[in-house]
Amino acid sequence: MFTISDTKLDKIDLENQVSDDKAGAIVTFDGRVRNHNEGKPVDSLEYQAYESMAQKVGLEIIEKAIKKFDIHKVIGSHRVGHLQIGDAAIIIAVSSSHRAEAFAACQYIIDEIKSLVPIWKKEHYTNEDSEWVACHNCVSHSHEEAHNHSH
Amino acid sequence: MKVKIKYFASMREKCGKSDEVLDTNSENPKELFDEITKKYSLNININTLKVAINESYESFETKLQELDVIAFIPPVAGG
Repeated sequence: MFTISDTKLDKIDLENQVSDDKAGAIVTFDGRVRNHNEGKPVDSLEYQAYESMAQKVGLEIIEKAIKKFDIHKVIGSHRVGHLQIGDAAIIIAVSSSHRAEAFAACQYIIDEIKSLVPIWKKEHYTNEDSEWVACHNCVSHSHEEAHNHSH
Repeated sequence: MKVKIKYFASMREKCGKSDEVLDTNSENPKELFDEITKKYSLNININTLKVAINESYESFETKLQELDVIAFIPPVAGG
């Protein structure tokens, strides 16, 4: 399941939802709002989603991960709205029998979410006007030819 | 033909709305993008965008159908 939430993400609750008697490992990725980006101090963030499509694309990514890796359960949730420094923007929890598969699946899922799920981030800076962020590291596939700089 | 267009992030701010229903002769998202570029005097390189039709990524040459929901997707930055 992949959900969009306008309230604080509950990590313990999400981890409980992937709990499974077969699972010896639960790996959780907790993506937080940090106080800087590309050298600029950041005060807060605003996330906007194309909610129905984000849920659909997020679920497709999770279904692909379940086929690709030997894992039991996955849940992901992304916040929208105005977030403060230190708030969790995304939490992904994966359970598997052994840790290696859960680590690998969690990495795969967050990378795919960052490149495909229609969610946008506006950074509110300390000293400059706020700005919608084009996450260059995350721009993928059809966009690569549009960028002639190296990452 | 009527289609619904959804706007996000910087495009939403530039167009001043989150969505609209447009009566259009555009046959595909590329033509539709040219149409709204004129309408809102946008200065956005189409190569920086993706397009979704009815919540699935499609090419800019896909033929539009009556009542399609089209979203122009600026570079995403979730996570």
